[in-house]
Amino acid sequence: MDLHYTGAVELAKMIAAREVSAAEVTRALLSRIDSVEPAVKAFITTAPEEAGKAAELIDGRIAVGEQCGPFAGVPIAIKDVLSTRGFRTTCGSRILENYIPVYDATAVELVKSAGTVMLGKANMDEFAMGSSTENSYFGPTSNPWDLERVPGGSSGGSAAAVAAGEAPWALGSDTGGSIRQPAALCGIVGMKPTYGRVSRYGLVAFASSLDQVGPMARNVADCAALLGIIAGHDPCDSTSIETGAPDYSKALEGDVKGIRVGVVKELSSDGIDPGVLGSFKAAVEKLQAIGLECDEVSLPSFSNGLSAYYLIAPAEASSNLARFDGVRYGYRPEGEFADIWEMYDRVRSEGFGKEVKRRIMLGTYALSAGYFDQYYGQAQKVRTLIVQDYGRAWERFDVLVSPTSPSTAFKLGEKMDDPLTMYLSDICTIPVNLAGIPGISVPSGLVDGLPVGFQIMGPPLSEEKLLTVASALEREVGFEPRPPEGPLTGGKGGGA
Amino acid sequence: MAISLEDVEHVAKLARLALTDEEKETYRRQLSDVLEHAKTISETDTSGVAPTGHAVPLVNVFREDEERPSLPSDEAYANAPWAEPGGFKVPKII
Amino acid sequence: MMAYGTTIGLEIHVELATRSKMFCGCSTTFGSEPNTNTCPVCLGQPGSLPVANRAAIADTILLALAMNCAISEHSEFHRKNYFYPDMPKDFQISQYDVPLSHDGHLDVDMGDYVRTVGITRVHLEEDTGKSVHIGESGRIHGAEYSLEDFNRAGIPLAEIVSEPDIKSPDEARAFLQLLRSTIEYLEISDCKMEEGSLRCDANVSVSAGVGLGTKVEIKNMNSFRSLFRALNYEVERQKYALDNGQAIVQETRHWDDSAGKTHPLRSKEEAFDYRYFPEPDLAPIEPDLEWVEAIRARLPELPAKRLERFKREFGLSSEMASTLTGEKALADYYEEAVATGQNPEKLATWIAGDLTAMLKEASVPVSACPIRPQSLGELVALIDSKVLSGKMAKDVLKTAFETRRAPKEIVDEKGLSQIADVGELDMVVGEVISENPDAANDIKEGKEQALKFLMGQVMRLSKGKANPQIVQDLLKKQLNGEC
Repeated sequence: MDLHYTGAVELAKMIAAREVSAAEVTRALLSRIDSVEPAVKAFITTAPEEAGKAAELIDGRIAVGEQCGPFAGVPIAIKDVLSTRGFRTTCGSRILENYIPVYDATAVELVKSAGTVMLGKANMDEFAMGSSTENSYFGPTSNPWDLERVPGGSSGGSAAAVAAGEAPWALGSDTGGSIRQPAALCGIVGMKPTYGRVSRYGLVAFASSLDQVGPMARNVADCAALLGIIAGHDPCDSTSIETGAPDYSKALEGDVKGIRVGVVKELSSDGIDPGVLGSFKAAVEKLQAIGLECDEVSLPSFSNGLSAYYLIAPAEASSNLARFDGVRYGYRPEGEFADIWEMYDRVRSEGFGKEVKRRIMLGTYALSAGYFDQYYGQAQKVRTLIVQDYGRAWERFDVLVSPTSPSTAFKLGEKMDDPLTMYLSDICTIPVNLAGIPGISVPSGLVDGLPVGFQIMGPPLSEEKLLTVASALEREVGFEPRPPEGPLTGGKGGGA
Repeated sequence: MAISLEDVEHVAKLARLALTDEEKETYRRQLSDVLEHAKTISETDTSGVAPTGHAVPLVNVFREDEERPSLPSDEAYANAPWAEPGGFKVPKII
Repeated sequence: MMAYGTTIGLEIHVELATRSKMFCGCSTTFGSEPNTNTCPVCLGQPGSLPVANRAAIADTILLALAMNCAISEHSEFHRKNYFYPDMPKDFQISQYDVPLSHDGHLDVDMGDYVRTVGITRVHLEEDTGKSVHIGESGRIHGAEYSLEDFNRAGIPLAEIVSEPDIKSPDEARAFLQLLRSTIEYLEISDCKMEEGSLRCDANVSVSAGVGLGTKVEIKNMNSFRSLFRALNYEVERQKYALDNGQAIVQETRHWDDSAGKTHPLRSKEEAFDYRYFPEPDLAPIEPDLEWVEAIRARLPELPAKRLERFKREFGLSSEMASTLTGEKALADYYEEAVATGQNPEKLATWIAGDLTAMLKEASVPVSACPIRPQSLGELVALIDSKVLSGKMAKDVLKTAFETRRAPKEIVDEKGLSQIADVGELDMVVGEVISENPDAANDIKEGKEQALKFLMGQVMRLSKGKANPQIVQDLLKKQLNGEC
């Protein structure tokens, strides 16, 4: 059995039953990382020493019967947008190239208390801005299914690491689709919870009213388990939902008969690749066959979703990224400065990449005097229309479905010249963030050897229903989340 | 929606970004494209609609007025590019 | 000479004395080593988030209620975006178009009239860090570099904006003093201008006729005195300009206390487009009626009301009442003294005068006054019963202050009783007259100076204990009568 392709829940059981030690599991994953990283490049920073020590500690405690958390010894990858105390956190940016936080994000604290072992910080588009992970200062990540293609973004590193067996699961973040889209492109499961379900404390902010931390894994059960670890109220986050999280694992065997599924018309026709559409429709038929009631629904305000997003997100980002000014932390160029204004200009111009600068410019413009009402103000109102559209839909349907991404993984470099083309990758996922509702992507199959993702959306706090449907679909599709081994290891063979 | 070079320069100054002439022109073009695309937003009828700032409506989220331990100063300065015991050091302001 | 109208509006910032900062649990203690009261939140570290301090909101609402403001049913925090090295996030969390409160007023007793000053709004925001400029002068101009201390960053600030209803520097000073007293009564801030817990900027315009003239902002007034001087200077400067047909530029000017002038502030590099938008990391504030009423119940009798009552009940002048009600502890002290039943006006004179001077010189707050209020009553009683003369009473008060003993005790111990016995004094007077025949003659010829001299002699002989009124009467009687 390949330990590196064993699921997280399974590994937890094995370690708890002492069938395998935490150290052994960690060694297996670290070895796998060594083996495939040259091809995949999923990590910005790996933590072999720290992981080894942590695993040993856990084995020691297990040996004397001490409790180390329900997932003691299970390795995890963490997107480099989450603050990890004492361990470099770059957000894929030059401006934080040498930044070592003095505190842990709440989600990180929670996965640590659950006993997981951090393998490293996963690659990402700089400050989570992008849909391909090509905007990382540290270079792009390759899609394990085709190394010449993108893994999606911005949580591309997390998705690729999980898909390539470098980690059983990972934490990602999702602002406009950044968990779901790479999950779709890499053939794994990824979920964006309801806004406020998971604490944002320690998540380096991109767009505050849209960001969420979420789980990524190779199967729905692992995804549910990771969600269970990180979901819950956090007094350090004023946007955190107060109600406690339920036991998500119970949702996996839920009854699907009679669940009303709405197929979003605007997201399943024009602008979607025929191959993707085919896979999507086949999946809908599978759901119908097992008793879910599927029907088409039109949500007209969706067509405005992209535009509203590309005004709101950059606006909030332009403000969130102002703090990167070289004063208290971060990049500071060599040499003297005439004054602090020159320092600011140089720090930010040299420290930020093109896409980040573009969005800061766009966002600053959208908020500036004379344009606020027309752009940001108006976009926030359009957001309400989207919420209302969804509201009407929830009266008739329990969940809504669409393809996760309009295409399968595109080639590296293919969309870098025209930002608008890149932005269009997010049309299916963005409305979910705008409305603050939960969404999950589950593989629906392969098209020309590349994975396709199936998106399920639900009303606020409907994660359990989503997991039930996702779990059922997973069973029906029977997707094997294993990319071709050869290219990953350069012909050297699999991991330990 | 065409943005002028002046607009770009003004925005760059607000955002403290120093751009080359080439960059200014590139951003001018790209931003104009995005805003053109976003024109549909301004054409949408939003009369009587209130903005959504928060996806999940919360009000009155407070903490009690209790002191919590601060960072030891070595941690406060841990990532400072330039600092003295008196504070974070910055080049002259005027 | 043209008739000029002056219009002044004030913008005041009050540092709230909460235990912890506005958005994090760091201590607000003044004077700590730089950057020792900081955390990821108030240092603006990536990923940190603010959580609002309930007590700071309550204190701001209390302040708003004390100024008769309406409390907004729905209020929001906004981000004010600009770059400056004392800004941990390069945006300040403040309030913009939906502040906590609005539309109040304060009635300022000017003696022979009352100036009602409208309060546009009272809102809540976070303070910035502090810059120390290193260079020859220690000032920002000519500094080589600056050091940033974020201990102050994140401390809650209540901002009060007045309507431009103030018509003179005198009114401005009186308004600010009343405001300071009001804040002091509420016990929500140390409100000391010298320490920066009370800050004031002004907008001043002088016009020659109808209309408001050009508004000039004045900053850097760090005490009541410099506020008064700065406003006076600025009003004169604008009048002079108008007299000489010069234009007044709408600008921000900096008060230079040592030079006694305002001069234009070199504009910051930063363009002033703050790009306000609602703070997405914080929930809106919707104070319910119950909470607002609970806060309202905390209101004490406020200085303006107390001043009116003191005038009415105790027959005090506006000035005297204003002095006594300026500080709550002093007003409390005075009322306790009045409760002894002694004459309120006399008590007022002693407390507002000698006692306050002694407290000030010894740097002792009223709350730590070594003399009990009841002792002031005792003192006044001793004067009334002619045991002590005014001058003797001053000495007794001084001794009481230094030794913490009651006036009666001191009088008895030192045998200080004033000599009020007419017979005894008659003899002394007679002695003095016979020993000073020239002076006596001068008085008969109408030279008042000589009377003073003879009085002095009597006081000297009686070791200061003679009751001056009786001595004067006796002198006159003897000089007129006997001769």
